[in-house]
Amino acid sequence: MAVKTFAVIDVGATHVSMKIFEITSKKGYRQIDYVSNIIELGSDTYADGYVSQESVEQLCDILKRFVRKMREYGATDYKAYATGAIREAKNNMMILDLLKLQTGIKVEILSNSEHRFLMYKGLAIKTLNFDTIVEKNTAIVDIGGGTIQISLMNNGRLTLTQNIAIDALRVRERLKSFHFNQDRMERVMEEFIENEIDTFENYYLGDKEIKNVIAIGDEMSGMIQIVPELQIKDHLNEKQLDAIVEKLLHLSPVELASEYKIPFERATLLLPAAMIYGVFLRHAKADMIWTPMVDLCDGMIVDELEKTKNISFERNFADDVRSAVRHMAKRYHCDRGHNANVAQISCKIFDKTKKIHGLKDKNRLQLEIAALLHDCGKFINMNSASKNSYAIIMSTEIMGLSHKEREEVANVIRYNSSYFPDYREVRDELGAGDYMTIAKLTAILRIANAMDRSHKQKASDYHIVVKNKQLIITIDTLSDLTLERGLFDNKAKFFEQVYGIKPVLKQKRSI
Amino acid sequence: MKEKSKYLKPEYLENRELSWMQFNKRILAEAKDKNILLFERIKFLSITASNLDEFFMIRIASLMDMVHAGYRKEDIAGMTPEEQLAEIVPEAKAFMAEQYKTLNRALLPQLEKAGLKLIEHHEDLSEKQAEFVDEYFSRDVYPVLTPMAVDSSRPFPLIQNKTLNIGALIQDKKKADVVDIATVQVPGVLPRIVEIPSEKEGEKAIILLEEVIERNLDKLFLNYTILSAHPYRVMRNADLTIDEDDAADLLKEIQKQIKKRQWGEVIRLEVADTMDKRLQKKLMEQLNVDEEYLYKIKGPLDLTFLMKAYGIDGFDDYKLPKYIPQTVPGYDREKGIFEQIAEHDILLHHPYYEFTPVIDFISQAANDRNVLAIKQTLYRVSGNSPIVASLARAAENGKQVTVLVELKARFDEENNIGWAKMLEKAGCHVIYGLVGLKTHSKIALVVRKEEDGIRRYVHLGTGNYNDVTAKLYTDMGLLTCNDAIGEDATAVFNMLSGYSEPPAWNKLMVAPIWLKDQFITLINRETENAKKGKKARIVAKMNSLCDPMIIEALYKASAAGVEIDLIVRGICCLKTGIPGISENIKVRSIVGNFLEHARIFYFYNDGFEDVYMGSADWMPRNLDKRVEITFPVEDEDLKQQVMDILRIQLADTLKAYILQPNSREYEKQDLRGLKKIGAQDTFCEQALAKAEERKKNKIERTFEPVMAKGLS
Repeated sequence: MAVKTFAVIDVGATHVSMKIFEITSKKGYRQIDYVSNIIELGSDTYADGYVSQESVEQLCDILKRFVRKMREYGATDYKAYATGAIREAKNNMMILDLLKLQTGIKVEILSNSEHRFLMYKGLAIKTLNFDTIVEKNTAIVDIGGGTIQISLMNNGRLTLTQNIAIDALRVRERLKSFHFNQDRMERVMEEFIENEIDTFENYYLGDKEIKNVIAIGDEMSGMIQIVPELQIKDHLNEKQLDAIVEKLLHLSPVELASEYKIPFERATLLLPAAMIYGVFLRHAKADMIWTPMVDLCDGMIVDELEKTKNISFERNFADDVRSAVRHMAKRYHCDRGHNANVAQISCKIFDKTKKIHGLKDKNRLQLEIAALLHDCGKFINMNSASKNSYAIIMSTEIMGLSHKEREEVANVIRYNSSYFPDYREVRDELGAGDYMTIAKLTAILRIANAMDRSHKQKASDYHIVVKNKQLIITIDTLSDLTLERGLFDNKAKFFEQVYGIKPVLKQKRSI
Repeated sequence: MKEKSKYLKPEYLENRELSWMQFNKRILAEAKDKNILLFERIKFLSITASNLDEFFMIRIASLMDMVHAGYRKEDIAGMTPEEQLAEIVPEAKAFMAEQYKTLNRALLPQLEKAGLKLIEHHEDLSEKQAEFVDEYFSRDVYPVLTPMAVDSSRPFPLIQNKTLNIGALIQDKKKADVVDIATVQVPGVLPRIVEIPSEKEGEKAIILLEEVIERNLDKLFLNYTILSAHPYRVMRNADLTIDEDDAADLLKEIQKQIKKRQWGEVIRLEVADTMDKRLQKKLMEQLNVDEEYLYKIKGPLDLTFLMKAYGIDGFDDYKLPKYIPQTVPGYDREKGIFEQIAEHDILLHHPYYEFTPVIDFISQAANDRNVLAIKQTLYRVSGNSPIVASLARAAENGKQVTVLVELKARFDEENNIGWAKMLEKAGCHVIYGLVGLKTHSKIALVVRKEEDGIRRYVHLGTGNYNDVTAKLYTDMGLLTCNDAIGEDATAVFNMLSGYSEPPAWNKLMVAPIWLKDQFITLINRETENAKKGKKARIVAKMNSLCDPMIIEALYKASAAGVEIDLIVRGICCLKTGIPGISENIKVRSIVGNFLEHARIFYFYNDGFEDVYMGSADWMPRNLDKRVEITFPVEDEDLKQQVMDILRIQLADTLKAYILQPNSREYEKQDLRGLKKIGAQDTFCEQALAKAEERKKNKIERTFEPVMAKGLS
């Protein structure tokens, strides 16, 4: 039986952790070790924008120990991700280089939405009753990494995710500078949080009622730790949360640290975190908060297994991305029929031309998203829709896409209906690889879009084949295709430029 | 501070020092016991002496520090340090008198009868013997002596802690009116016991080194006349750190006092009771000792020489035959240890059974191709430890070896540092424990890559990884590859390496944070069951019991009707038979040839019996200030075996002392109507019987393979 050990490393805002997993094709995967060190990279970054030299050295030491630990299990493969604290640090590139040179560990930076999506993956797979919980409207509140992420779920699927730049660490840092006395500080803190959540509610929640709240993030475990008498297992109700807040109000971080063996730095974050959860719980009208113990490492391993196809999961996470994108499209009143049709055709062309374009699964998802959102800019102005679409996508977080991937999607949409620039014109903005990805995806989207120019989904059935340097698309329809055909030829030229094969549209009229 | 519970009234609790004195008395009782072989008795007497030395250096010194610092906090029994000293010091004096009574009236005459004559005074030497002694002196002793005369120009030298010295009054041969004192240390490099030619056929004669020197003292001070000379010995509280058992606030208090007070003051001055009064007075002046710290001794000072006397060749009729640890049942040295552990857990019970499986465990791990990593805690190891050698070899073989070395092991620091450096050189990753916490847990973990994945093998024990003491101390151990324990073992080492504590443990109970609460929960569970009218029972075996929270829980349990049997070797601050408080608690202490060392905890748990073993005593220092592990024994067979061990110890009628109701005294049971059972002897017999059986089976297997197959 093939056995593989794999390490995942999370360089977070308040701690650095590593989990080592053993993967077997038969028995699945199991965690065989877990180590974590408190290190406050976040307070460095959020205080003055840089991670201090001292912290970097500490980080090096920890990673060196991680390397030794990996050897203890003969683990050579690993994935190491850094989140907010490093991402937002001005010296992040220097840090990563230093880490690589000193420890041999290559740390990659996750964008916020990738980070949250990994958390989501870990949550969905590790939480036993996850599918049951998210059948009802559910909010996943993830505090950590420098912000709160609120993701909403409907009918078992993700619908929306929004990042709010308050989290325990920032609240603490911001309020520290005000020098309030203690009880005043708490009121200010609560007001501050309340205001942010109100805004979220007004804009995004509407009349939707949240039935379940799932809380993830590092501070949850600390909060549970200080109330052993409540014996909290996997959920807590409002009364219990109040008891936690009450206790936090009466104990100083020093006392918390000594009495409950919580690292001091983390102890200072518990009160703001508890307040955030409290405010959210009251707003959501849910009766309790689920508190599954999930961290980024859990998501990283799920992601890795998904990528390497070592183990297949029941939940298809791409569907969550699609679902969220569909909800976004709905928000901007996109033409659902047309978009779905364009997405379907795009994907079909993508699949049929796999050998020619050499793109990956992730690019297919990007293409699909681009198709689903390609005319959302019309919501703002019918004219210059592509520019507006670009702007909307650039400022909306899409779970599961990195910043770079999202930018590619936005560009594909932008160039779908406008002039595709020469490389020389945009090379300062884009890397070389990105330019070609955008070009290839744009070429497909343009063709697919042209095929439904009338937004009437005339092509109920079509057949695509690559033959003799031609991409032959045969549409089986009785409708008149003049409008489509006119645009198609126009778009085909760009496709031929990119791929070196010429798209040809044929009509078949079967009865 | 919480309000004192009704169970923790001072009168319900015993002072730990006084309880300790009782422990030493029990050992002295063994020295007095006529049913015990003569040489074993002198060994027990020697142990009482070295115990008492340590007690003075650690505990009495600590109490004196408290008194000096003006620290007046009462202990659990309601005694201030001053009150404690006022009771302990006279007790210690009485105890020493008893030691010498035993020596002079019982042991020395019987030794002579047995053919070992100790010539106590050099004046009693025959001419031939005297000649021999003098020659021995000039050849071997004289060169290593440093005599010091004291006069106005030469101050009194620093007398080192615990050393034996000879003090003398000397008179200048030229100026008869000048009488000075002189002192010379009895060198520790030479054997204390000097064998000399015997006057009698079949008898061995010995004399102590100090007598040899005393006799020849005039050769050291040539220009003086020796007026009188006598041995003396001092004990100081010099270079002592505060005992970790005492409160932290005390530490601060004393640190303040350090500057004000001179360190190294003498807390005990032992002199021969025949010592010249003038010499005694001068010594007391020079050493700055009051009458209360003076101990007049009727016999040779420092009785630890008796341990050496035990080692004199011959006299086999007066010594117990040496017990040889037997092969561990269920363990075959011919087969790989990992395969055997994978088949079933292996229980170890030292010294009745061998320590070899533990040595093999590390040694085979060092050579095993599939082993990736070894992690182990080391607290006190033997001088030439095969385990240390295996760890070094493992590192050289490319294994990841992590060793946690506890440098704070009392009296062993130097020894530990030496081999810790050696391990580092070999490529081991050596860590030195957590700040403020002594690592007392005994755990070894081997990570092995097997066909179906990583498997962890763990050894957990109640005693140190020391192959020498494993022949003298009774300890338990468990070898297992249970996944849950393996995960916990990994988490223990992660914690010891400075990583964050794990959120929860599967099976292990770990001090400092969790263990005490868990013990209390286990005790309370019995209390609840008793309250519900269910059967409830606790049997716990340990070295010391003095944690007030645990005692409180036990009192509550007793009051609720839980039947509690405690087997406590040493200090026990709990009192039995207090009406309404501890009527259902019995305490026994077993003093045997082997040092009782294992900690075993049994809880009836409404029929789902729980058995734990571990490194922790029920003392605040173990539960709060150390890293300790207590582990469950879950294999049904092994659990029964451990329970049998407890049963046999509870059935012991020969070596068990019973704590008397509402008293601090212990007494042996009245044997009338009782079967004579000695737990340690029973374990030896059982082990030998099993070995015999095994041998027989082997022979049968050799001669009748077909039959054997059919029978098994």
